[in-house]
Amino acid sequence: MKQLLDRDTWIEIFQSIRKNKLRTFLTMIGVFIGIYIYIGLSGAAKGLDNGFEKEFESVARNSMFVWAQTTSMPYSGFKTGRQIQLKLRDVEVLKKQNPEIMALAPRNVRGIFGADPGLITRGLKSGNYSVFGDFPDFTKIATKRIYDGGRFINDDDIEQERKVCVIGERTQKELFDEDEEPIGGYIVIDGVSFQVVGVHKFAGGGPFDNDSDIFIPFTTYRKLYNTGDDVSWFTIAAYDDADVVKVEENIKATLRRIHRVDPKDERAIGSFNLGEAFNRIFGFSRGLTFLSLIVGVATILAGVIGIGNILLISVKERTKELGVRRAMGATPSEVRNQIIIESLVLTMLAGIIGIILGAATLKMIDSLTQGGDFPYTNPTVPIPLVVGSLLLMIVLGILIGLIPAQRAVSIRPIDALREE
Amino acid sequence: MIEIKDLHKSYKMGSNSLHVLKGINFTCEDGELVAIMGSSGSGKSTLLNILGMLDGADSGEYILDGVPIKDLNETKAAQYRNKFLGFVFQSFNLINYKNALENVALPLYYQRVGRKERQEKALNYLERVGLKEWATHLPSELSGGQKQRVAIARAMAAEPKVLLADEPTGALDSKTSYEVMDLIQKINDEGNTILVVTHEEDIAHMCKRIVHLRDGVIVEDKKIEQVRAESYVQ
Repeated sequence: MKQLLDRDTWIEIFQSIRKNKLRTFLTMIGVFIGIYIYIGLSGAAKGLDNGFEKEFESVARNSMFVWAQTTSMPYSGFKTGRQIQLKLRDVEVLKKQNPEIMALAPRNVRGIFGADPGLITRGLKSGNYSVFGDFPDFTKIATKRIYDGGRFINDDDIEQERKVCVIGERTQKELFDEDEEPIGGYIVIDGVSFQVVGVHKFAGGGPFDNDSDIFIPFTTYRKLYNTGDDVSWFTIAAYDDADVVKVEENIKATLRRIHRVDPKDERAIGSFNLGEAFNRIFGFSRGLTFLSLIVGVATILAGVIGIGNILLISVKERTKELGVRRAMGATPSEVRNQIIIESLVLTMLAGIIGIILGAATLKMIDSLTQGGDFPYTNPTVPIPLVVGSLLLMIVLGILIGLIPAQRAVSIRPIDALREE
Repeated sequence: MIEIKDLHKSYKMGSNSLHVLKGINFTCEDGELVAIMGSSGSGKSTLLNILGMLDGADSGEYILDGVPIKDLNETKAAQYRNKFLGFVFQSFNLINYKNALENVALPLYYQRVGRKERQEKALNYLERVGLKEWATHLPSELSGGQKQRVAIARAMAAEPKVLLADEPTGALDSKTSYEVMDLIQKINDEGNTILVVTHEEDIAHMCKRIVHLRDGVIVEDKKIEQVRAESYVQ
């Protein structure tokens, strides 16, 4: 330890490193490439991870869609091929029987699934747009970014069946003039006048998302289109710690019970599990992180072994020098420590250069992919991983240095100095 | 200064054992300049290695400056070498990437002498061997005689009790050899004990005492009239 803090030790080591520039360079290149690959790969994996995260930040991770289809099995006296219709009252039962549900939003729509889209007019302008009947809870599952001054549908809207709507960016562009303030303005949906209370930004994430849709309160919707208690589909978000696949199964089982469908009838209730799809995507980036860890560690290991190898040769080359040092009064531990510190210095030097260049490369990739469609954001390597890899290199550098150091010590000075 | 009693040493060569030193008795007073002579295979290098603690004896006593030298581990041997002994080799054995000054300072480094003091001392010894102007030169830039003088300065820098020189002139022409011997004689004049292994008669006669080894025993041990090397150096 004392030797480590001694300035002379370092002078000795840098002299011997400098003496053989080619050897030093070749030795370091292995570790350098190892850490460079590791930093580059894991940074890229992190960037991809961040990219996905950003891409899907508007949608709850554990969400799913559940809708009804026709039965494929006869059950309880009903014949096969019966159309199931989800009802608003299913909500209470679902929530009661599936405590894992964080939010549940029944939705209705015109413009998708066959029904004609609503005809929207405003003055002389008109167009066909999908119209959704929604509950405020929907924003808990898929956040809608509402432009300044606007809002989404709230509980009062539902209660009082207000004729208010939230429109998409494109709807605004097509129905309003550029300098017109849409909030507070009126549009006519299938013959009924609605006041615009918000404009939402297109986020893109979930299916059926659009920049030209119109949201109105669920209660207003059912009056407008006479749908009663019917629900087109449920958008459901489970709590973060819940197993989405299991929750999905439970919800479908509950719905089968409510609608008296054969428990084995897989086709009566349809669903799309966004959470599962997310898990697959994030699993991919996790896998990439793991892979980069393995590749990086293996390459670092190979590089460090290379250092040990070259130091072993260098010890053989320096047999005479080490013998002279021993004759001059260098103790075996001084010789051993010198070789180990040399190994350590070479490893660390290579590692630090690798980290710096790796970080620079990541920065470059980041600025090249900036603003593109590629899901790649802020590729950084977490500090603990960098520190961890440095620690790994210290440990490996010392361990591998032990081999040539032991070899150096085992040479007896008399053999080293023997005249040929 | 040096006391050796009934020293034996043999080397194992496969199944055979080669008895190299067969009972050496030898004493050396403070300030002596002794030449150890003998043909190759006579055991003179083995004796020097044992004296230099580079090798251990099989049996017998070795007392150096009142300290019995036996059962040394490598660390202890290194410390004793550093404290008691200076080495001069036939092939100089300077460290080729260190300049003359750094080479001379090396034993001081292992004596834990501070940096500044080390530099001063090393420069002082370089001056004494007449190579002060060559302090920053690498060994590859020095002639053979200069290299050996740097090596002698290095051996002296640690202020050892005994200077051991193994064929110090073996790789030098006779003119340079005499210059080196002149230096060795001057160091001896200052009261340092020096042992020189050589097989050259003229070099041996520049010492004060000649010990002849043959087949592992001392066959002759005589004090002689010293020939000053100065007279050969202009």
